[in-house]
Amino acid sequence: MTPTAVAESPKGTEQTALITGSEAIAVACKLADVDVITGYPIRPYDTVIQYIAQLISNGEMDCEYIVAEGEHSQFEVVKHASTVGARVFCGSSGVGWMYAFECLTVTPALRVPMVVMVGNRALDDPGAFGVEHNDALAVRDLGWQLVWVDSAQEALDTALIAYRVAEDRRIFLPCAISCDGAFLTHSQALVKIPAQEKVNAFLPRYDRGDLLLHPDNPITVAPQANEDWLMEIRRQTAAAMDRSMGVIREAYKDYERIIGRGYGNPFFEEYMTDDADVVLVGMGTLSTPCKVAIRKMRQEGKKVGLVRVRWFRPFAAEELAQCLSRFKAVGVIDRDFSLGSPYSSGVLATEVRAALYASAKRPPLVGFICGLGGREVLVPDVEKITGIVYDAAAGKPQPLTHWIGVRE
Amino acid sequence: MGRLFAVEIVYRGIFQKTLAKHISRAIVLAAHREGKPGISFGRYGDSPERNGIPAKAFAIVATDDITLEEGMAKYEPKEVDVSINLDDTMCKGVESWAWYGLQPINKLVKPNGTLIVTSREEPEKLIDMCHRKETPYKLAIVKGIPSFSGLWVFKDDHTDVRVLGAIARVLPELFSIESLKQMILDDGENPLKATSAQRSYDRLQTVTVKPNQGNPEKPYEFELLKWTEMRDGISIPSIAQGHTMTDPVTGKTGGFQPERNATFKKFSTRTMRPVVNFDTCIKCTLCWLQCPDSCFDVTPEGLYDANMASCCGCGVCEAVCPVPNCVTMVNEIGFSDNDSQWEMWRKDKEGYGTWLKDKIESHPVRSHGFRYRGQYEEQVPEALAAAEGD
Repeated sequence: MTPTAVAESPKGTEQTALITGSEAIAVACKLADVDVITGYPIRPYDTVIQYIAQLISNGEMDCEYIVAEGEHSQFEVVKHASTVGARVFCGSSGVGWMYAFECLTVTPALRVPMVVMVGNRALDDPGAFGVEHNDALAVRDLGWQLVWVDSAQEALDTALIAYRVAEDRRIFLPCAISCDGAFLTHSQALVKIPAQEKVNAFLPRYDRGDLLLHPDNPITVAPQANEDWLMEIRRQTAAAMDRSMGVIREAYKDYERIIGRGYGNPFFEEYMTDDADVVLVGMGTLSTPCKVAIRKMRQEGKKVGLVRVRWFRPFAAEELAQCLSRFKAVGVIDRDFSLGSPYSSGVLATEVRAALYASAKRPPLVGFICGLGGREVLVPDVEKITGIVYDAAAGKPQPLTHWIGVRE
Repeated sequence: MGRLFAVEIVYRGIFQKTLAKHISRAIVLAAHREGKPGISFGRYGDSPERNGIPAKAFAIVATDDITLEEGMAKYEPKEVDVSINLDDTMCKGVESWAWYGLQPINKLVKPNGTLIVTSREEPEKLIDMCHRKETPYKLAIVKGIPSFSGLWVFKDDHTDVRVLGAIARVLPELFSIESLKQMILDDGENPLKATSAQRSYDRLQTVTVKPNQGNPEKPYEFELLKWTEMRDGISIPSIAQGHTMTDPVTGKTGGFQPERNATFKKFSTRTMRPVVNFDTCIKCTLCWLQCPDSCFDVTPEGLYDANMASCCGCGVCEAVCPVPNCVTMVNEIGFSDNDSQWEMWRKDKEGYGTWLKDKIESHPVRSHGFRYRGQYEEQVPEALAAAEGD
C-alpha cells in the first residue's frame, strides 16, 4: 500500500495543457491506467468520455471502452468489472445518474471502489442542463464518498487521490467527483499534468485481494440476505466510511510528497478566514465569485472569509464545527435544494447546522439557495448574501433561508 | 392484564399459503365474534415463498386491546398456545427462509399447549418424528391427507374448518364451536363446512407427549456471526467443487459427488423423496441432468444416487425417467434418515430390493397438488369422504 518514495524533483517531467475539468479527469484516468470505462452520453458529463475516446483513438490510452445502452447498465458493467479486479471509471449527470440509481445504491455494500465523475446537472424537466448539486447529493446517505472540486487542476489531482482512497483495502467504497456543469466541464484552463512515474509511485495497483471474483478464489457475492444479516452488512459499510477520513488525509499527504502539489486541509479550503467576522460556506465553482466579492468587500472594510467544502462524504463535522464556531455568523450557499427540509434549507446548510449543534459555540447560521439550473452566482449576489449574514451577526431577526437571484 | 392467545400455522410455502391464510384469518374473526380483538399475519421473512419450503402464519388474539398490544410488540410470538402443522412430514422439523438451522415443529408450543397435525398417521408415528421437548405438550390429529394445492390456489376440501373445529376443542377460551359454526354460516359458506367443523370438534383425539418421548437428536443449528466476524463486500465462500465417490464394498473410487450447502440442508423441504431401483437403471443421465437442485451424485459405476442433503422432493426425476418404476416418489413420512440409497444397495442388493418394495407399497401417495391434470378433482371428494367417514 505504501507508495515508493521518489528522489528526483517533483517537477520532473510535468507538462501543462489547456483542458477542461472533464478533460482533466480523463487525463487522470489515463495516468491511473484505468482498465474498464463505460460511457453513455448525457450533458455535461459526456465531455469526459469524448476526451477518453480521443485519447484511446490517438493511441495514448489503452482500456476497455464500453458504450452501454443506458446509465443503469453503464454503472452495472463497471461494478462487475471492479469485482474481477479491474480499475474502473464511469460517470453521469442529472437524471442519467438517477437512472442508474439502483446500481448506485448497492455499490457501497458490495465494497466496489468505483470512481466516477458527476457532471453536476439539474434534474430536468424541461431539458434543463445547467448545474445543480442535487444529482450527486441524492446518494449522500448510501456509502458513497462525495467530493466537490472548483478547478480543472483540482479535478485531475482529486481523481488520482480518489482512486488511491477508494481502492484502499480499508475502504473499498465508491467515490464520486462532482464537477459543476459548464463552469468546470466546459471551461478550459491551464492544468499541470504530473509525470507518469510519479503517479505510478503514488497510486498502487488495485488489489481486490480476498474479494476478487476469480476461479482460484471461489466466493459468492451478494447472496440472498434476510434480516439476520443486513444490519451487520450496513454496520460494516458504516465502519469503512468512518475509516475514510483518515485514509483521505494520508492520500493528500502522499500526493503532496510525491507529486508536489498540496491542498492543505483535504476536507475544506479556508479563504481569508484568519481575521474574518463572518464567513460564507459553499461547494464547487461558486468559490470564484465568492473570492472576488470577498476581496472587494475587504477593501470596503468588511472582514469576510470563505470556507469551501471539498469532501461532503465523509463529512468533516467536528473539524468544520470547530472552524465555524470562531465566527460571528455563517452563511451557507447551496447550489441545491431540499424541499420541506428543516427551515426549507439547502442540503449543505442542513448538514452544517447539524454539525454545529454539538459545538459549544454556535454562531447564527443563514442558508442561501442560489445558482440553480446553471444560473450564475455573481459578485453582487455574494455581496447581498454577506449583508444578510452581517445582519444575522448583529442579531437582526430574519428568515433562516433566502433565495438569491430569483426574479421577484 | 387480560389473556393473550397465540396460534401459529406451519405450512408448505406456496402449496398451502392460501389455506394457512384462511385459517389464520378465521381464528381472528371467530374470536372477534366473542368480542376479542386480534391480528392475523404471515411471517414476512418467509416470503418470497418457495415451493414446499416451510413457512408460518400467525394469529394473535387477546381479551382486550391493551393485552393485544403486548402480543403485537414482537412480530413473531416466542411461544404459542396452539401450533398447527398442515403437513405431517414437517413433524421432522422445519428449516425456513426466515432462520438458519432446523427448528423442531413443537418449538413454540407452550408447556401443556397443543400441536395439531393434519395426518393419516397414528400418534406414535408422529411423536417419534417430533423432536423431544423439555415440557409436556398435547398432540391432536385431524385425520386426513395434507391439503396441497398449486400456486395461490385454494383447494376447498374442508381442511380449514376441520382445523378450526379442532382449535375450538383444544382451546375453547379462544372461540367456541358455536361461534365458529355461526361465522361459517354467516359468511355464506357451504353449510356442510359447519358440519365438517363440528365433526372434527367431536372426533378429535388428543394424547399427551411426555418430555422423554420423541426424536432425541439435537436439531442442527448455526451461529450468526458478528459484523466484525463477517467477510465484507456481502461475500461468502463458495461451496467447494466436489470429489469422487467410494464404493462401500470394493473401495473403488470414481464418479462425482458435488459438495453440498453447509448452511441450508433442505431436509425439511421435501414431502416426498425419490427411491431408485438401481437394478433397472439404464444410466441415461436424464434425472441427473433435469434435477433442478443438482441433487444426484454420480457413483463410480455411473449410477445416479439422489443425495438427501440437496433433494427438495420435486419429482422431476420420476417424471423424466424413461424406465417404468425405476424412480418412484415416496411419501417422506416413511423415512427416518437421509442415508445414501446407493450405499445400501451396494451392501445388500436383496435387502435393498425388499426395502424398496416396502417403501413404495406401504405409504400413501403424496403430491404437491399438481402432479397430474385432474388430480384436484379426484382429491377433493376423497378428502371429503375422509372427513365424513370415521
